[in-house]
Amino acid sequence: MFKQEIDFLGKRKLALILSSVLIIVSIASLAINGLKLGIDFTGGTLVEVGYKQSADLNVLRKDLAEAGFGDTTVQNFGTTKDVLIRIKPQDGVSNAQLSDKVLDAANKSSTEAVDKRRVEFVGPQVGDELAEDGGLAMLYSMFGILIYVAWRFEYKFSLGSVAALFHDVIITLGVFSLFQMEFDLTVLAAVLAVIGYSLNDTIVVYDRIRENFRTLRQDGSENIMNISLNQTLSRTLMTSITTAIVLIALAFLGGEIIHNFAIALLIGVGIGTYSSIYVASPIVLALGISKEDLMLPIKEGEEFDGMP
Amino acid sequence: MQNRFPFWKNLLILVTLFIGIIYALPNLFGNDPSVQVSSSTTTKLEQAKADEIEKRLKSAGLTLKSFEFSDGNILARFNDTDEQLKAADLLRESVGNNTTVALNLAPATPEWLRSFGASPMYLGLDLRGGVHFLLQVDMDAAIKQAEDRYYNDIRSGFRAAKIRYQSVSKENGSIKIKLKTEKSAFASLELLAKDFRELKVTETEDPTVILAKISENEQKEIKKFALAQNMTTLRNRVNEIGVAEPVIQQQGDSRIVVQLPGVQDTTRAKEILGTTATLEYRLVDVENDVQRAVNGRIPVGTRLFYEKDGNPILLKRRVIVTGDQIVDASSGIDQNGSAAVFITLNGIGAKKMGKMTQKNIGKPMAVVFIEYKSTTKTVNGQKVRRKEKVEKVISVATIRDTFSKRFQTTGLDSPQDARNLALLLRAGALAAPVDIVEERTVGPSLGQDNIDKGLMSVVVGFVLVLVLMAVYYKAFGLIANVALGFNLIVIVAVLSLLQATLTLPGIAGIVLTVGMAVDANVLIFERIKEEIKIGNTPQSSVFIGYEKAFVTILDANITTLLVALVLFGFGTGPVKGFAITLSIGILVSLFTAIWGTRMLVNWMYGNRHIEKLSI
Repeated sequence: MFKQEIDFLGKRKLALILSSVLIIVSIASLAINGLKLGIDFTGGTLVEVGYKQSADLNVLRKDLAEAGFGDTTVQNFGTTKDVLIRIKPQDGVSNAQLSDKVLDAANKSSTEAVDKRRVEFVGPQVGDELAEDGGLAMLYSMFGILIYVAWRFEYKFSLGSVAALFHDVIITLGVFSLFQMEFDLTVLAAVLAVIGYSLNDTIVVYDRIRENFRTLRQDGSENIMNISLNQTLSRTLMTSITTAIVLIALAFLGGEIIHNFAIALLIGVGIGTYSSIYVASPIVLALGISKEDLMLPIKEGEEFDGMP
Repeated sequence: MQNRFPFWKNLLILVTLFIGIIYALPNLFGNDPSVQVSSSTTTKLEQAKADEIEKRLKSAGLTLKSFEFSDGNILARFNDTDEQLKAADLLRESVGNNTTVALNLAPATPEWLRSFGASPMYLGLDLRGGVHFLLQVDMDAAIKQAEDRYYNDIRSGFRAAKIRYQSVSKENGSIKIKLKTEKSAFASLELLAKDFRELKVTETEDPTVILAKISENEQKEIKKFALAQNMTTLRNRVNEIGVAEPVIQQQGDSRIVVQLPGVQDTTRAKEILGTTATLEYRLVDVENDVQRAVNGRIPVGTRLFYEKDGNPILLKRRVIVTGDQIVDASSGIDQNGSAAVFITLNGIGAKKMGKMTQKNIGKPMAVVFIEYKSTTKTVNGQKVRRKEKVEKVISVATIRDTFSKRFQTTGLDSPQDARNLALLLRAGALAAPVDIVEERTVGPSLGQDNIDKGLMSVVVGFVLVLVLMAVYYKAFGLIANVALGFNLIVIVAVLSLLQATLTLPGIAGIVLTVGMAVDANVLIFERIKEEIKIGNTPQSSVFIGYEKAFVTILDANITTLLVALVLFGFGTGPVKGFAITLSIGILVSLFTAIWGTRMLVNWMYGNRHIEKLSI
């Protein structure tokens, strides 16, 4: 009845190797390079200033050094007229006044007044808390998912989905670490959104697997799962493409502040699409899913009959 | 025949759409840069004053878009921010002491929409520009202040009860009372139990030593009070600066968020919010030698202070009047042309001041300026914030006459200092020192940039998705597109109705929902295609497609919603903004993608015989 087109699960050994390599590289990079944390997490001061003409970064660096700011990073932000100045938390300085001094220094060698575009100051203590809250949010959402999926499906599925999520999160973080892209609060939000998105993908596949296990009169778990993956393939691709289109628009038109956010999501959507096919399903198969696991104790889904 | 919605379902969808349009509409009209003038005292502005202000603005050559006066508040709208700023400067100089002039972004919603209670989304600071502060209340200092208070009260309480003690001292967070004899121990314990119920009293092995400590409960109360009192004071101060729509909120149990939209002068804002400046009036000790005190021999009943130029001066320990007895203060210039603060005392303060000055005519009195300054130091690798109390004598003057309720204090460095001090005295003192632990300022140019870019990416992403859907799913794609537009309208309407704050990450959330909202339709359409492929009739394919996809959509969206809720619970600032729009987006898309498209599909194909679906 169903023509099986692509043997996804037949290539699961290859996928296992690929995923393992990606994860090992990611973890290694996270261990060695770490993440380039933004001031949201490290604490410190960030000042974005806008010049009328292209800014001379060397002059600015010199002025800042003369004003007594030793440990600063100065770089262009988006355009050559916009400059981002980062300052590590400093001892003995009334931290709230820091940004004003930076602005004075920036104004020193500029003929026209420098436009103050953005100032962010985060105390070291707040930074630590934000990082902690972020980590907790991730753990709690994973836990919530574990329970929900185990309730709606079966524990093997919930293990599969959470493994896929860890896979996605680790690789996304790995890419940020490997390329030393800045990791700030919005990127953390993106990583959490990746969890939501990738899960969405996985659930759709699982849903079809569950349905086929119950209705198809065919043998072999691998066979049934392959059929399910093929059936959902066009949907998986279509949704990934539309989401990716929107994210590309965000990444390149939404401005610098949102750029890394969109990039993180874009990576996540790519990995998430791959993992819902090649990670989430093979794990369920490896855990030994069978028809009996999904037979209904009570007739579920009845309440939805007649809807919508 | 299949695929017909009952009348009520069609009606529900259309009514929702209609309501959505009404409440989303105000966002199209944007905001007017405007200036708000209101009275800073309890008496409201009068019509005559409003007319005068309107005339003054017009005669300065400013074009008013509109001028509204209602309930004692003036709202003057302008065409651009340049005119707005000019007008605000003009009014600040000319309208006098008892009015507050604030910059505002007033919604330009037309009257007929406003009558529905519709107003645009509230723009976050990253979009409208402004400053966000997170203040940490120094709770240790609050407890310590309370300890000082109890220390003084115990001493005077014992004296009043005629219980003789050898010493009262503060030791490791406890107050240690050393009695002269064992006999008074019982009376002491009785007194402490009666008058100092908030203290936890412990007896020691030495019967002449009693330890008193502020109880856990009382400590909690002190902290709660300090936070509440600080919020009130901050609110007063913010009102004094003149900010429209400020946000002052508690965060956690020791932090306060202050958001000041439109404020650009962050230096002044920081000064005003963070300082704990206050005044004290003390008599100068003229009998003892200052030099001997400098060498370490400070006479009983006096304290050594320093003047602004560094000269030492001996002042009496007893304070005549403190800052919290000041009820009003204003700044100005005294007869000699130097900056002065004009002070009004409350009843108790005035009585004390009157009595002291009457007794001490001809003697000098000093004004002490007290300020807390914070510095960060690294101790054992840990960052530690320290509060330093800075006290300096700003003026010493001979008492020539009996003071009463109102008098003036000079000796401030500049008119600006006098103005700030008057403001701080008026707004009340902070119950405990605060520290700025987070600051985010967005300039107006970046705010506008963020709006433009955010809008651009929404439009481009949206159009691309529309094109893709129409090409791939043909007629059904068009239907999904209509639903997507509907989706966007309802999201904006819900956000406007909730008066949720729209931030840049919030816009990202909306954009992402656009991407994900089509997912539900993709699921449905793919199902319908499958059903056609296995030989079902078009009508039953539509019916089964929707039905089968429903459970999947529900499962997939609930899990995403779960993540969004966790994000909302744990996130702060940008993460929260993203979570709000994402959650609303998911809920709305369930409605529009399932029911909205179904209604359109039913209108197009339902209730008749068809050969082929355009999908």
